[in-house]
Amino acid sequence: MEISFVLNDEPVTVNVDPSTLLSDLVREQLSLTGTHVGCDTSQCGACVVHLNGDSVKSCTLLAVSVDGGDVRTVEGLSTNDKDLHPMQQAFRDNHGLQCGFCTPGMLMSAIDLVKHNPDPSEAEIREWLEGNICRCTGYQNIVKSIIAGAAAMRAAS
Amino acid sequence: MRSFNYHKPDTVDGVVSLLAGNENASVIAGGMTLLPTMKQRLAAPDDLVDISGVAGLAGVSMDGDMLVIGAMTRHADVAESEIVREKLPALAKLASRIGDQQVRHRGTIGGSISNNDPAADYPAAVLGLNAEIVTDKRTIPADEFFVAMFETALEPGEIVTAIRFPLPELAAYAKFPNPASRYAMAGVFVAKTGDGVRVAVTGAGPGVFRASDIEAALAESFDAGALDRISIDASELMSDIHADNEYRAHLVMVMARRAVGMALDAG
Ligand SMILES: Cc1cc2nc3c(=O)[nH]c(=O)nc-3n(C[C@H](O)[C@H](O)[C@H](O)COP(=O)(O)OP(=O)(O)OC[C@H]3O[C@@H](n4cnc5c(N)ncnc54)[C@H](O)[C@@H]3O)c2cc1C
Ligand code: FES
Ligand code: FES
Repeated sequence: MEISFVLNDEPVTVNVDPSTLLSDLVREQLSLTGTHVGCDTSQCGACVVHLNGDSVKSCTLLAVSVDGGDVRTVEGLSTNDKDLHPMQQAFRDNHGLQCGFCTPGMLMSAIDLVKHNPDPSEAEIREWLEGNICRCTGYQNIVKSIIAGAAAMRAAS
Repeated sequence: MRSFNYHKPDTVDGVVSLLAGNENASVIAGGMTLLPTMKQRLAAPDDLVDISGVAGLAGVSMDGDMLVIGAMTRHADVAESEIVREKLPALAKLASRIGDQQVRHRGTIGGSISNNDPAADYPAAVLGLNAEIVTDKRTIPADEFFVAMFETALEPGEIVTAIRFPLPELAAYAKFPNPASRYAMAGVFVAKTGDGVRVAVTGAGPGVFRASDIEAALAESFDAGALDRISIDASELMSDIHADNEYRAHLVMVMARRAVGMALDAG
């Protein structure tokens, strides 16, 4: 099936089998390997991308169902190679990652949180991260990063 | 996942005619239950009928005294709806605690009740509030809708289009979530109306059920203390790696008391 959608601000048209998952489409066919597949069972959140602005798990989403939609992956957070998105910068500054496997999903989730709630409390951040699992950090520095990232996003807007 | 034909009709009639007579066709709403099932090959439909393009299936409105929620309304939209928050806050709160935000951005109320997972949250609200399930051909009362584990009164090829909720005087839902999945290990929805009290329990048994002893005690006196001498028969409840039936029976009473307290606080 031929589908067309906007990916990281660029229109794309691709041919996919209906059973293709969005995670596989972006990773295998479009070579955007920033979106990670950790569990492939809708649990870990490593695969989170934005669909029409909402964070969703791309391993549990058919590529055909984004036809006509707007998708953003972690590669689409920064508009150039030099500057990171304020949330990415905050993760970097606050040691919000160790192995980095969960990080793309954490970033996409965190940015969606700030969109809903520009100044989230620590408890609200932890609640929101229910769908994102990290096996390295113990979450402490992720929460710290998101508090800093939210402040930076508020300052930038 | 096995390959399938994908259809995306834009009317209910289009959906119904694609499903008619095709035993190997399946509706897909948010896909948050169906896709994981297909990945595990527990389901392998030949035809997938996506109902997300059907106009009019998503949204919240009031129809007289009834709150009407379209089948394709996502959990996140119910949680954030101004109408639901004002008219039936217990339901907005229930929706806000289903799974995680990414699940709530895809999963739908129609998908949740049609699937009838014994640990799902919405069935407790639908049964507790005595809601009506509207399908493409009829209206089914909640008491007749949830038949057994993963089984409903829907006939092959029949789809849910909306759920109609009468508004209670007081209502609340308390759940003890499984810490990993957030599904209910025991969830209790209590609702007090002019006609009496209804109490629906999810997560604890092989399917959602009404707890008649709890209902009777609360009809007598709607406060948590009224449940002090009530217990629930553990023999028909589930045991699994997360909790045995005795523990679930205990949790049900704790959640019931909590729900009554929350309903009184909110009301
Ligand atoms: C990680 C995770 C955590 C979760 N946690 C919870 C939780 O805490 N509580 C909870 O209640 N649920 C939970 N869920 C389930 C979630 O709420 C699902 O979204 C929901 O059960 C199914 O809705 P759906 O729209 O995704 O349906 P789908 O997966 O698309 O469909 C499910 C089934 O219903 C049928 N169907 C769908 N819509 C209709 C319709 N309108 N008419 C007739 N049949 C229809 C489909 O054919 C399919 O058989 C969780 C899911 C995941 C992945
Ligand atoms: S890979 Fe999608 S949730 Fe884990
Ligand atoms: S940094 Fe390794 S999983 Fe999160």
